[in-house]
Amino acid sequence: MALVLNEDQQLLKDSAQSFCQQLAPVSLLRRLRDSKDETGFDRDVWKQMVDLGWAGMAIPEAYGGYGFGYGGLGVVLEETGRTLVSSPLISTVLLAATAINELGSEEQKQELLPKIVAGELLVALALDENSSHAPSRIGTKAEKSGDGFILSGAKTFVLDGHVAQKLIVVARSSGEIDSRQGLSLFLVDAGLEGIAISRTHMVDCRNAAKIEFSQVEVAADALLGEVDAGFDGLDKVLDIARIGLAAEMLGSIQEVFERILDFLKTREQFGILIGSFQGLQHRAATMYSEIELCKSVVRAALAGLDDSGKSRQDIAELASIAKAKLSEVFFEVSNEGIQMHGGIGMTDEFDIGFFLKRARVAQHFLGDASFHRDRYASLNNF
Amino acid sequence: MQSLEKFQKSTREWLQANCPESMRTAMVAEEVVWGGRNASFKNPDSKLWLERMAARGWTCPTWPAEYGGGGLNKEEAIILNQELRRINARVALTSFGISMLGPVLLESGSVDQIMEHIPKIVAGEIRWCQGYSEPGSGSDLASLSTRAELHGDTYTINGSKVWTSYADQADWIFCLVRTDFDVPKHAGISFILFDMASPGISTKPIQLISGGSPFCETFFDDVKVPERNLVGRLNEGWSIAKRLLQHERTMISSFGLSSGQSDRGGTTSMLASIERAAMHYRGDTDRLSDAVLRDRIAQFKIDSAAFAYTSQRSIEESKQGQGPNATSSMLKNYGCELNKRRYELLMQALGSQGLGWEGDGFDSDELQVTRQWLRSKANSIEGGTSEIQLNIIAKRVLGLPDIMSAGKAQGSK
Repeated sequence: MALVLNEDQQLLKDSAQSFCQQLAPVSLLRRLRDSKDETGFDRDVWKQMVDLGWAGMAIPEAYGGYGFGYGGLGVVLEETGRTLVSSPLISTVLLAATAINELGSEEQKQELLPKIVAGELLVALALDENSSHAPSRIGTKAEKSGDGFILSGAKTFVLDGHVAQKLIVVARSSGEIDSRQGLSLFLVDAGLEGIAISRTHMVDCRNAAKIEFSQVEVAADALLGEVDAGFDGLDKVLDIARIGLAAEMLGSIQEVFERILDFLKTREQFGILIGSFQGLQHRAATMYSEIELCKSVVRAALAGLDDSGKSRQDIAELASIAKAKLSEVFFEVSNEGIQMHGGIGMTDEFDIGFFLKRARVAQHFLGDASFHRDRYASLNNF
Repeated sequence: MQSLEKFQKSTREWLQANCPESMRTAMVAEEVVWGGRNASFKNPDSKLWLERMAARGWTCPTWPAEYGGGGLNKEEAIILNQELRRINARVALTSFGISMLGPVLLESGSVDQIMEHIPKIVAGEIRWCQGYSEPGSGSDLASLSTRAELHGDTYTINGSKVWTSYADQADWIFCLVRTDFDVPKHAGISFILFDMASPGISTKPIQLISGGSPFCETFFDDVKVPERNLVGRLNEGWSIAKRLLQHERTMISSFGLSSGQSDRGGTTSMLASIERAAMHYRGDTDRLSDAVLRDRIAQFKIDSAAFAYTSQRSIEESKQGQGPNATSSMLKNYGCELNKRRYELLMQALGSQGLGWEGDGFDSDELQVTRQWLRSKANSIEGGTSEIQLNIIAKRVLGLPDIMSAGKAQGSK
């Protein structure tokens, strides 16, 4: 397993870095927030990201993608994490396109994936129903009706749910609420009768939505994958997304740490640079060590996704290792980002607070550290 | 690629034919092979395994073949290591000559010194010890005061060392001595090799809190050493000393690597899996009933996996033959802290059965956990304390300013 970037990935990383620094810096997110932008991301910037091929990075060439693999998508996500780019990369590319690619019929893939690659289609995954991530705790019902189904229930924390043209809805077609059996996925138009979407403004200035489904009639061909047997496929999709999200978090963590280091090397108190104080040096050195571990697990997990020799169990473990570790370290580093900057770190004018806010959302999304430690223990039979 | 595949195939075949069955089981402490003039082999297979591995130079796979090493490149060495792990092969030879002295001797030694010492290290004929710390020079190592004075072509050495690992069993010592007292402390140190059988040397084991005595006090009273045993130039021993410390840290960091991995030789079955031990002592069958301990073990195993990937990445990133760099401090520090966590968790897993000292009522695995838990406390002190490692990371890796005037702290310049 290669834990260092290959030449193509390095070139991609460099170009993603210059794009994000120039066209999507943190000030863009600040502008979207201050103008209460209705979309929640900049459509022009998204179009340029699409033009660079980022929406099709991990999608196979047979469906219009570029076959760069998750290793390629990962380095792009890492760079978007450095400047906190708000875009449909997570909702549409990492989650929805992966779900369609992994679970969809040939027809669904042929129809939808090229549109995602071209930036013509936004899709959101409607999964969580409670305030904590629990992929099998699904109460939203899918009742058989004629050839189709009727969906009813409520979803929360649906990324980009208010702008998506299509939704992937995880619903229970049979079984008890926590059962992994009896889950089905449906791909539906967001504008169907009975769907009520309300945007929520999250602390990280990105979008999520609460969505209600009241007796929504969907056709049989809306099924994504097999009826009642959706959990395993969903779990795999979530693992891919967890690893991609960890890559984004890695970028943010490194950015915060570099800003801390710059500050330690320029801020003077008591007539000397504060970076010469051992109390701060040891905390910085400890963060550095943890961040080195983060880099390794993200690289290992991304390489694992592109390695056909890895088993489902391997990927599940890698995903939980990555998401647990990155969540812990992002928590610590984002807190130190405020503390080590002192008073200025508390001001809205200074950017570091945006990273703290993003940290908590990213930590929580798709399972926080304790979720993934629990999952890792279960995967290892203890 | 093709030649690597060939190498893998032939290595696998050779190991299959030459690694004795009993050498494919978890290592037990009494059977670790240190070599040396007085080497003892509790298990005769250990001797056979050492001789076979040494004959191919595979006790030191990447050292040049002309000096008895394996002559392997980085990729081949990785494959050899994978193949050894695949059959759970024991380490054929454990030695400070391999992990510390050899690499710096190959970099800084004279051809004569290399020819004299390297083949004997590869073969396990000479056991080395490290003369670094002194009673007054621990973290501030460069303040050392053991003196070496040159008369004719012979040095006379006087002074004492402490924390000399296995000095009482070693054949030779690599030693830091002060050869100039009138210059800044880093500028008057030399690196010298001598035979522990020389007249005037005495050693005294130090009993630790674990009951074991892996370290000694070592005393030098007018010890005579030929001038040609000085490595590198006179008074320039500090740079060699620091380089050797990087190798030492890399070795110590590997303690952390064995944490949380059950497929690694060198640990007994009890130590190999904290979660199995915890479930066994609680009578749990499918799930560890102590939810807090379960969470901590999971966190530990996740950190161990992340650390193993980081060690692997550091090997991939290093250039062929370049050896360790400043990140060795990070690996040493993290590996040691992981190993300490591992033993604290094992103690929790065993409960009162991990609290025995000796005698009846505890099996040997349980008693070993207690003793190794105590021994593990030294991990973050030996080879430079964790605090010193954090200083080195802050200054050398992160480029933070040095509050102490140049050259006072170990490793600061």
